[in-house]
Amino acid sequence: MTGVPPGEPMTVTAGPAGTAAACAAEARGVAEPPPKGGHGEAGLLLQVRGLSTDFAMKKGTVHAVIDVSFSVREGEVLAIVGESGSGKSVAALSVLGLLQPPGRCVAGEVLYKGRDLLKLPKGEMRDIRGNHISMIFQEPMTSLNPVFTIEDQLTESIRLHLKLDRRAAVKRAVEMLRLVGIPSPEKRIKDYPHQMSGGMRQRVMTAMALSCDPDLLIADEPTTALDVTIQAQILALISDLRDKIGMAVILITHDLGVVAETADRVIVMYCGQVVEEATTEQLFERPLHPYTLGLLRSIPTMEDTEATEPLYMIRGMVPNPLHLPRGCAFAPRCDRRRARCAAEQPALIEVEGRKLRCFLFEPGCNQAATALSPESAQAGGAVRRADSEVAP
Amino acid sequence: MTEPLLQLRHLSKFFVVERSLLGRTISVLKAVDDLSFDIMPGETFGLVGESGCGKTTVGKMLVNLYRPTAGRILYQGTDLTGLPARERRRYCRDIQLIFQDPYASLNPRMTVGDIVAEPIRVNRLLPRDKVDDRVGYLFNAVGLSANYRNRFPHEFSGGQRQRVGIARALAMEPKLIVCDEPVSALDVSVQAQVLNLLAELSVQFGLTYLFIAHGLNVVKHVSDRVGVMYLGRLVEVAPKRDLYRNPLHPYTKALLSAIPVTNPAQRRTRILLEGDVSSPIDPAPGCRFAGRCYAKTGCAGCACDTQLPELVEVSPGHFVACYLHPAVG
Repeated sequence: MTGVPPGEPMTVTAGPAGTAAACAAEARGVAEPPPKGGHGEAGLLLQVRGLSTDFAMKKGTVHAVIDVSFSVREGEVLAIVGESGSGKSVAALSVLGLLQPPGRCVAGEVLYKGRDLLKLPKGEMRDIRGNHISMIFQEPMTSLNPVFTIEDQLTESIRLHLKLDRRAAVKRAVEMLRLVGIPSPEKRIKDYPHQMSGGMRQRVMTAMALSCDPDLLIADEPTTALDVTIQAQILALISDLRDKIGMAVILITHDLGVVAETADRVIVMYCGQVVEEATTEQLFERPLHPYTLGLLRSIPTMEDTEATEPLYMIRGMVPNPLHLPRGCAFAPRCDRRRARCAAEQPALIEVEGRKLRCFLFEPGCNQAATALSPESAQAGGAVRRADSEVAP
Repeated sequence: MTEPLLQLRHLSKFFVVERSLLGRTISVLKAVDDLSFDIMPGETFGLVGESGCGKTTVGKMLVNLYRPTAGRILYQGTDLTGLPARERRRYCRDIQLIFQDPYASLNPRMTVGDIVAEPIRVNRLLPRDKVDDRVGYLFNAVGLSANYRNRFPHEFSGGQRQRVGIARALAMEPKLIVCDEPVSALDVSVQAQVLNLLAELSVQFGLTYLFIAHGLNVVKHVSDRVGVMYLGRLVEVAPKRDLYRNPLHPYTKALLSAIPVTNPAQRRTRILLEGDVSSPIDPAPGCRFAGRCYAKTGCAGCACDTQLPELVEVSPGHFVACYLHPAVG
């Protein structure tokens, strides 16, 4: 056992944390996990290819995640955006192997540093979770066990994953609580979850997720249940930790504002499929997919506008997952749909360095020249307006 | 000058947290503390603040779900707080409430048609044979097909349920609707639909709204005037434009800067508030925000820590309660 490989992201805190990580690396000798901080091809940390997850229900099969592919580089923040039911959380749970029946991964592979997580035996997967990839859940109120103290819950995972004795684990837990900004952590660690506010609990969850120096953090709506000022604190904390320990983050959210402020790259999901993938700059400067565009336009702006025009609405509702439309899933709600959209599934194609699932952007489809139906003229206008804003 | 539809005067609601053996009050939670503002007919007054600041308590006092500890609620000049219960109830018809959670606020065992018809039946607003027509009319008004009336709440999506809740509030032909976070449980695309519906209805039925929310962008979209609450106190009240262009209270500034904007080029330096909202139980004397304030004058024993600032009108229509403003103090 060589101890800590070079590039080991163990510099959270000096001293105890370093030894903790070293102990952990030593202890991992048996299972032979991939070396932490080892550089795969071009710093690729996680590669999800063609992931599909089904839920077999009494009334039929729900295809919650359909052929989803994405990758995360080291130190990158990737946002997965979508409304409820778009499959973003299920995709994350599938990656971590945390799906509950009737959910089941039916296809695809999840390559973490070259190893397919979906094929790992349970024990090795448990070692990956926590040590290499950890997750923050949406509900800080329900994700903590109400009958154990913060100390019990934090040290459990530290002792399990880092193989520390009780004393060292407590020390490390206190360090972690300090890192996430909990005042007087030596005292607060004795608290039960109900003695803490929502923001505090979310910090404890974050501390727990970070306590084993993961390379990848999956944060599922980490701020949805929190107030805006606390949300700002947690987001700043996540960005800060990314910078400090070089951890990659998959941020799952429905809030496009949060995405704009924290993410490097974005994938937009609708009905289990990726409909658009782009860098954050690309996506917000020039959203291309009609769904992305609609989402962005339906948010009330904070800009200094005089008139209160009605908000843009994406009409209709998300389709029933048991009866997805035959063609493009967004077609029934789309302003720019054409006959083909209802009949055929568009493929995910690459356009200008980004990915799109829409017939409008297929080569040969001259979208500017395409005669827009009267009702779609509005959406077309918005695209042009967005363009003109980019180049003043 | 038109009369305000609603005037709140020094309205307070305290909850007793702990009593001694002899029934004496030991500690008090000041949910709403000395709140005063007016709502003009036809306007939308936005009330913002973080969870626990008392904004929902204000709404509940208006619809008679809570009895105020002190202060008065004047509705068209009549003091509602002084009325005997039976008379107070008559005014309930004029002030209705739309709840935050469309999943919890509809009885799962009643059809949505019955849910909307119930207030009409209970209050005998219409002869029995007319109720059905009225329900159909209300369903259309909120953009639901009248054919859905025999379905149960679980058959509807969140946005549709919220529409049912709105139809139920409209059934009483109210003048003022208290909207308690009506869209915070909804998806973005559905949120826009409900906000637009509320705007249409206010024109169609001549409604006035008290719009309670924590999302400042939503409040900005719907409101004419906005009040910002912090720990039971109003810290700033201003016409929408004034508040968003020229926020005066440090808390309002922090709140505005905390909203993520959908423009990565605009990633700003945020004002990050330290810590959490402190407890409203037995608050310390002085400004409620003093513990988290980044702008207060540092002196020990200064006014910020010892005396509650009053809400003062510093420019027409713009009120602020902060000693940093020269007019306050």
